[in-house]
Amino acid sequence: MTMQLLSKRLVPALISLIGVLIVSFVLTRALPGDPAAYLAGPAATADAVAEVRKSLGLDRNVFEQFVVYVKQITRGELGDSWATGQPVLSELVNRLPASIELTALGLILALIVALPLGIIAALRPNSPIDHTARVVSTLGVSLPTFFTGLLLVYIFYYQLDWLPAPMGRLAPFTDAPEKITGFYTVDSLLTGDFYLFLEALRFLILPAFTLGMFALAPIARMTRASMLGVLSSDYVRTARANRLPAWKVLIVYALRNALLPIVTMLGMVFSFLLGANVLVEKVFSWPGVGSFALEALMISDYAAVQGFVLSMGLIYVLLNLSIDIAYGYIDPRVQVES
Amino acid sequence: MDDPRRLTLWLCLLTAPALGCGKGSHTAYAADSKNPLKGTSTLLVAVEEGPNSLDIQGVGTNRPSYGASWNVYDRLITFGKKTRPDGQVMYDYEKPEPELAERWEIDPGKSITFFLRKDATFHDGTPVTAQDVKWSFDRAVTIGGFPTFQMKAGSLEKPAQFEVVDDHTFRVKLVRNDKFTLPDLGVPVPAIYNSKLAKSHATPTDPWAQTWLKNNAAASGGYKVDKFEPGVQLQLRRFENWKSGPVPQLERVILRVVPSAATRRAMLERGDVDVLFDLPPRDVSELAAKGTFKVQGVPVENFMWFIDMNVKKPPFDKLEVRQAIAAAIPYDQIYGSACYGRGVPLYGGPSKTATTAEWPQPYPYKTDLAKAKQLLAAAGLSKGFSTTLYYNLGLSTWSEPIALMLQQNLRKLNIDVTLEKIPAANWRGEMGKKSMPFLINDMGGWLNYPDYFFFWNYHSQNAVFNTMSYQNPDMDKAIDAARFAESPELYASAVKTFITKAFDDTPRIPLFQSNVDVAMKPNIHGYQYWFHRQVDFRQLYKTVSAP
Amino acid sequence: MKTMTALYRHGRYVLSNNSLAAVGVLALFVLVTLAVIGPSLVPFDPIETFVGPTLQPPSSAHWFGTDQVGRDIFSRVIVAARLDLTIAVFAVVLSFLAGTAVGCVSGYFGGWFDRISGRVVDSMMAFPLFVLAMGVVAAMGNSVSSVVCATALVNAPFYVRLARAEVAQRRTAEYVDAAILAGNGSIRVISNHLLPNILPTLSVQMSLNLGWAVLNAAGLSFIGLGVRPPAAEWGIMVAEGAQYVVSGHWWACFFPGIALMFCVLCFNFMGDGVRDLLDPRQRT
Repeated sequence: MTMQLLSKRLVPALISLIGVLIVSFVLTRALPGDPAAYLAGPAATADAVAEVRKSLGLDRNVFEQFVVYVKQITRGELGDSWATGQPVLSELVNRLPASIELTALGLILALIVALPLGIIAALRPNSPIDHTARVVSTLGVSLPTFFTGLLLVYIFYYQLDWLPAPMGRLAPFTDAPEKITGFYTVDSLLTGDFYLFLEALRFLILPAFTLGMFALAPIARMTRASMLGVLSSDYVRTARANRLPAWKVLIVYALRNALLPIVTMLGMVFSFLLGANVLVEKVFSWPGVGSFALEALMISDYAAVQGFVLSMGLIYVLLNLSIDIAYGYIDPRVQVES
Repeated sequence: MDDPRRLTLWLCLLTAPALGCGKGSHTAYAADSKNPLKGTSTLLVAVEEGPNSLDIQGVGTNRPSYGASWNVYDRLITFGKKTRPDGQVMYDYEKPEPELAERWEIDPGKSITFFLRKDATFHDGTPVTAQDVKWSFDRAVTIGGFPTFQMKAGSLEKPAQFEVVDDHTFRVKLVRNDKFTLPDLGVPVPAIYNSKLAKSHATPTDPWAQTWLKNNAAASGGYKVDKFEPGVQLQLRRFENWKSGPVPQLERVILRVVPSAATRRAMLERGDVDVLFDLPPRDVSELAAKGTFKVQGVPVENFMWFIDMNVKKPPFDKLEVRQAIAAAIPYDQIYGSACYGRGVPLYGGPSKTATTAEWPQPYPYKTDLAKAKQLLAAAGLSKGFSTTLYYNLGLSTWSEPIALMLQQNLRKLNIDVTLEKIPAANWRGEMGKKSMPFLINDMGGWLNYPDYFFFWNYHSQNAVFNTMSYQNPDMDKAIDAARFAESPELYASAVKTFITKAFDDTPRIPLFQSNVDVAMKPNIHGYQYWFHRQVDFRQLYKTVSAP
Repeated sequence: MKTMTALYRHGRYVLSNNSLAAVGVLALFVLVTLAVIGPSLVPFDPIETFVGPTLQPPSSAHWFGTDQVGRDIFSRVIVAARLDLTIAVFAVVLSFLAGTAVGCVSGYFGGWFDRISGRVVDSMMAFPLFVLAMGVVAAMGNSVSSVVCATALVNAPFYVRLARAEVAQRRTAEYVDAAILAGNGSIRVISNHLLPNILPTLSVQMSLNLGWAVLNAAGLSFIGLGVRPPAAEWGIMVAEGAQYVVSGHWWACFFPGIALMFCVLCFNFMGDGVRDLLDPRQRT
């Protein structure tokens, strides 16, 4: 199964990836700003700037530049960020754990709230719970992420002083835990520093919650819809008719089957969140890939923007691929169909 | 929260003499259990923008990097200090003092010979020699860009000028008698690099080891670099064997980047940070009014915020238009809302010609919309025109209010202004292009002489700071006359000439001279103003905070 | 006339069952009125600085307080409605037109055009869409038109896919065959016969998209791309007010944020209502 399925999914994924490459290259070449003038320095002459332009390869035509870029990619180099002078790949690798930690926690929080909400709403359609679920999910989608974040900061930091100011992953003068995974929560637990773990969590809560609110709506809606569909199916009706306990019907039969479309949708939600990350990272000064991309975009840092877009595209494609494969294992019908 | 700390403080005070901590009357203060970093030996600083390089001679180095270089590297000389009439201490540019060089001999017009300290070593223990000085200076004049321009401002132009007489004697041969030569050796650029260490990291394509030196220091200064994470933090540790000055009293300095000004201020108010030196003026004036913190502010020397008009771009090529703009600016409002009174206004000068050689001095422009309308009509533009006003996004706390107020007033003259923000990283590039017709900018000269300022800004060599693209041979004559004046009287007269010329031609409209404002905990001492606007950590110390 | 009354009756029936949608429509009406006549009714000039002291909390003189350069926030919030609604409507209409055109052609003709457009759409959707919008605005320069284009661009793929699916589904329908036999050219078949049938589904998408378009535009302005100062726009107002939240000046970002939320909520509730009206099958 796997090889056939894999190749079927892999080919379109690769094509999408090539498309991502092209689009990101075109986009960044359209950006304003002149990296050569910047690098040549404030008092450089026109000749000096031309020299720098040549060394950056910007004097060749677009197609040649693209070929150079693709060659670089295949070698695993993503070029250097001309603002920091560091290789883009290392910048991304350093910053990715911050974004993933945030997005993962946000998603977990969203699931904790949305799944039960959706299930209960499906069990009691048109009840007050159902209406609440609808309103909550519509609210979640309507709230501007950046505004929610600011509101939460005002309430929980300024007024209540329960949570820290939006200044990143830890207090400025606290040293990060020893880098094992890059996730501060995990690393601090692994090194046994419980105080640090709590600190990291304290800084994570508000941004994760802000992000999670955004994911609430689609998850709740999909859960409700999927559960409704499953609950009215034949096998559930049979299970109920056979006097199986309600919880067994719910968990073993209904939920397991309802989970499938939810899992597929999670992939889309995750990639969506990676985009919404930019706003949350800006509000909370979070040193992740979102803020990296934003800074790079503002100053037309070509290599950095390309690297970011490419890695995001890659993550999305890989994620969908793994979801498809997981789907294949969860739902035997998929194998039979293909 | 204060009481357990106070108790521990008193206990420490009693035991401190026995433990021998601190020097003289300065005593240790107990480390806070919540934050083990707090104590007299560590200084915590939060900044909006951190250094992006440890190599001041590198490409694209930002201002905070000057501060890093200043504290980590040595230069041949430094400057002494003086006390202002308001009691604040600042550097004295007229008193060069030994740093790496313990003394020097001047042969007027020919050379300056520096005698280096024999016991000075680099951070890695190797002795500092004249060969290192030569390598560093050769690097500065060859590497191009801003450092080379800066060296040139002091007539330091070619490696041939730098001579190693022996291991501890270094000679600078002069190509002309330039009063800027000696002070130019005390600015951050001619730092002294450990040439052996640097060369070991050089490559054929990178002979000056620029890549390695960007993130690593090869220095002999009062502080060593413990950790450098660009955009995140800089951690410094005292160099115990520093010989070029008294060993710093603060053992560690931790500089963290915290972009939000409100957060930095909150950190100071909660006691989480010791020093802040880039707060917006509004916050500084509020802190000063509160009185719980030490707030010091000195108007930046040889510095101004201004509006520039590119005289090569119509309609700013017409004198009447420039004069109209100068009459249309709401100066008082701008000074009040951008500066909050923390600075010196540079408008409303008493006469149309310069009566003194004081610099900066107020230009004779004032707000007079009626006159502005007349001037525009005289230029044939009573219907107005459209233009774009550019400013540096990195300094938007200052420039945005100015831009908005300017836009509003100009609307009354039918001048339609579109605002364009340029990100900080691209600002110098934009300046270099000379394509901005109308912009808000700030500029300060390190060497506190008006001819130095005019040399960079108004001279037809068209340096990057001459964003007005102003080129006038009469102006050049006056600037050169001042720079090489034979007597103080000739100097003053040349200065008055070129300042008056600037008044008349109006390519640039000064607004105000703002402060370097520093807000710190009351137990921090030793701060003094430096021309590079950064903090010299080597001079600071902490005492027990008053209960 | 008869269809209008029938639609009206059906609408009333749906709205009466779906109170949220009714609220949404009503609120939207208020919003549109504000957008149209608001600017002439506001107490202060929205872009005039120093009409009051800076950063003052809400008071009787300034209902929503003043911002850091002394502008009246209430006036700005009201006036911003016009800009934000305009951007949203234009962006959605643009993406609808472009996306539907491409989708219809893909679905009807199939072949290489379908495959290529499918790949392009897939590539676009592999991006975090917001980043794509950011890139477009950064490339096109800060202006209202680039925000409209960027928002339209990132929304278009949804229309392409939807239109394509709907058209492909109906292509083999009998009425289409009849139309072709009657001598209609392909374009006529698409525009006169297929389009009216897929319009309901697309309209649902449009109404749901409006809320998202406003959020997108505000998000772009928040990070500094798009609308320029001193324009009054909710996103940029929240951005300007954001730095003052940590020091307790909540009003500068609160009121524009609430207005934004209110607008998007209205669009979303209305969108739900439209969906129930036109395509009850899709109700979740």
